[in-house]
Amino acid sequence: MTSLVVLPVLIPLCAAAVMLILRSPMWQRVLSFVALLSSLAVAIAVLVEVWTDDEILVTRLGGWPGSFAISMVADRLAAVLVVVALGVTSTVLIFAIGQRSRDEQSPFYHPVYMVMTAGIVQAFLAGDLFNLFVAFEILLMASYVLLTLEGTREQIRSGTTYVVLNVIESLVLVVAVGLIFGATGTVNFAELPARLAELPDGVRNGLQLLLLVAFGIKAAVFPLFFWLPDSYPTAPSSASAVFAGLLTKVGVYCLIRVQTLLFPGEMRGLVLVVGALTMLVGVIGAISQQDMKRILSFHIVSQIGYMVFGLGIGGTAAIAATIFYLIHHIPVKTSLFLVEGIIERDSGSSSLASVSGLARRSPMLAMLFLVPALSLAGLPPLSGFLAKFAIVRAGLDDGHYVVVTVALVVSLLTLVSMVKIWVAAFWGEPSDHRDASRAGILQSSPSMSVATGMMVALSIAIAIGAGPLYEFAGDAARQVLDVGGYVVGVRGS
Amino acid sequence: MSVWEFAVIAVLFGVGAYMVTERSLTRIALGVGVLGNGVNVVIITAGSNTGEAPILGRTGDLTDPLPQALVLTAIVIGFALLTFLMTLAWRNWTLTQDDEVEDDVEDRMIASRAERMDKSGDQPHHEDVVP
Repeated sequence: MTSLVVLPVLIPLCAAAVMLILRSPMWQRVLSFVALLSSLAVAIAVLVEVWTDDEILVTRLGGWPGSFAISMVADRLAAVLVVVALGVTSTVLIFAIGQRSRDEQSPFYHPVYMVMTAGIVQAFLAGDLFNLFVAFEILLMASYVLLTLEGTREQIRSGTTYVVLNVIESLVLVVAVGLIFGATGTVNFAELPARLAELPDGVRNGLQLLLLVAFGIKAAVFPLFFWLPDSYPTAPSSASAVFAGLLTKVGVYCLIRVQTLLFPGEMRGLVLVVGALTMLVGVIGAISQQDMKRILSFHIVSQIGYMVFGLGIGGTAAIAATIFYLIHHIPVKTSLFLVEGIIERDSGSSSLASVSGLARRSPMLAMLFLVPALSLAGLPPLSGFLAKFAIVRAGLDDGHYVVVTVALVVSLLTLVSMVKIWVAAFWGEPSDHRDASRAGILQSSPSMSVATGMMVALSIAIAIGAGPLYEFAGDAARQVLDVGGYVVGVRGS
Repeated sequence: MSVWEFAVIAVLFGVGAYMVTERSLTRIALGVGVLGNGVNVVIITAGSNTGEAPILGRTGDLTDPLPQALVLTAIVIGFALLTFLMTLAWRNWTLTQDDEVEDDVEDRMIASRAERMDKSGDQPHHEDVVP
């Protein structure tokens, strides 16, 4: 059972290797699906195992005992995120194939997509800091290629910012890893908590700040977010959906590990302030934009703020709320970018000025946009309301009234900017009169619509199954906060 | 950690950081290379005690092999990144005939808005500003 943990990383990587030899687009697509779905099946098996037994699944590569091996660790949080990540990448793959964009036709799209998936999964499962750094490099390298695959001028321009910023993030991370190794003599997550606790305060704070900056750039928190709204909109819709849904969340996941496992409960005040500013600046940026992709990209930043806020509160309830937020946010954000992709394919532009009257042309598409949009703003009874409610309640219980006020105002502003997209793109008269002669927007590309529908359905399912899921998030939070249990689980007896 | 190692790290970081802030993509790429080497020296100096080669069976003052392994990985990754940045710079050159990193969309929008406000003297409509 324990060796299963490696498979979700290994399968996509092997598939990528085979695809580089096998250039036929048909076979590449089939292989992508087989690889992702089999990884998903394994990940679900791991999740079930971790959920039912209260234990942590560990694979020690090379068979070294205890913490000498490079270990892949699946606790509840990691296991559920791997399942969500593989679910999202599989769904977006359906979308990408249906979209038939220029980059999907390239013989390198599918291998690179597989490598990125493997990197994301490995980042969630990494059991030591250096392995985490390598996972980051794998997923970043793949994302560089996906972002600039078409090689247009606009992609190269924003790709440059993205690559340089992320290279600097990697350098900060590897310096942090090197210094932590120098200070403690280990990079293993199971050994680090005890050894870090022995260090003098100044050294501890320095190391923690380095890690927070590195993962903060990746998660796009204030003031390190500026690369995101500039680079994501230029990627093809399918790629930007995965970027938006998953890549920043890997950063948030690492921030959770830093704040709970490595440096439990330290610098909460700083994290809290950063969270509040991230929410506020992100949403203000979103309101001032006139382009759908850019609005949605700024909302990624703003939503990250909520998760960082939850992390800053600390305690089981707040961490549980953060985990629930993380799980709910991935399908919501992905589906918004997918809807945007459908609109862009139909009208050739994502600018609000050039699209209108979509609700009249396709009420179904309007619904597919409305559900995740209202969920993003946090309207009941959708999953976003439950996630925000949990975070706000944890904040009130802990007495952070100012930040809670900010969170509520930001929620309102989010609604304002979603209404802005709604009024401009969905209401009004259709901007062209071609609709009588051709099929509806959704019918023209069934697989894109199905993929988007699946994502929206997932987010509705999260709202319906919120009770059990929230309980699960609570269990996961307790396990994440139980540093002793983690150490024993990973070391083995 | 001796003063010399510290000096080498300081120089590599200083030069690298300076070059990364340049406008030209080629210099940024070179700066990333220099910074990357500085980082590798940090790992080696911070992480290892120097001594005999760590071969099974030897005893005494042995070198810790782990930082070396970490740096080896970091060097390979850094090389791949550098190659990719160089490719970007080349592509940028073939498209625009220079390798300057351009302003981002927001900067250009603000600049064009400011220009029009100077000309007309009244508030522009933001629908005119297309990214």
